[in-house]
Amino acid sequence: MLISVQSEDFDLNKVMQTIRHCRKDIGAIVSFVGLVRDLASGDLVSMTLEHYPGMTEQALRNIAEQASQRWTLQDVAVIHRYGELKPAEQIVMVAVASSHRGEAFQACEFIMDYLKTGAPFWKKETTSNGSTWVEAKHADNKVRKRWEKES
Amino acid sequence: MSKVINILYFASLRERLDTNEERVELPEDVIDIAALTLWLQQRGNDWKTLFSDASQLMISVNQQMARPGTPISTGDEIAFFPPVTGG
Repeated sequence: MLISVQSEDFDLNKVMQTIRHCRKDIGAIVSFVGLVRDLASGDLVSMTLEHYPGMTEQALRNIAEQASQRWTLQDVAVIHRYGELKPAEQIVMVAVASSHRGEAFQACEFIMDYLKTGAPFWKKETTSNGSTWVEAKHADNKVRKRWEKES
Repeated sequence: MSKVINILYFASLRERLDTNEERVELPEDVIDIAALTLWLQQRGNDWKTLFSDASQLMISVNQQMARPGTPISTGDEIAFFPPVTGG
């Protein structure tokens, strides 16, 4: 299991290679990458991610372990960046390896849904007019709750 | 016995309160997060406003997500922060 909270950019291909290395039992790897999306106005200068050092990695690890208990997985990788990022930069990646694609797709979505509502990161958007904190979305909580009903 | 704890504040909460961390000595009757929240409200102004709205606060105790009923012990690291927006 690879869990990392870092300021540096990551390479999805390298993570995939690490997951696949010397294994013949993996049938499916599903991955997700989250990017910094510009504002509709096209004005975003940067997005800054604050986090709670110490708790962040633990929270991501805890979520990955929940996914591993819920589905039969062979590997999970979660990398989340912090610091100042520019539009189009990578923020987060999740990769899940399993024998079959059903579990891998579900586990990947589960991890992202839980990460969005439970990992201690906060985003601040900066434009030429200044900076504002992004507000949490109610929709993210509803999406997370869906997993609780389905269990 | 009074309790000595560390409180951390993050993101917009930290900015509004102009405090990122403090060590406090709590009176005996502050035994859980709910009581701590009320105790912080007594500081007035932004403290009263920000700690009155439970929907805008998330809490952790020793780096684990907590709830109003979570007990507090001396030496604990408590953190208050707005709803998270990672991912």
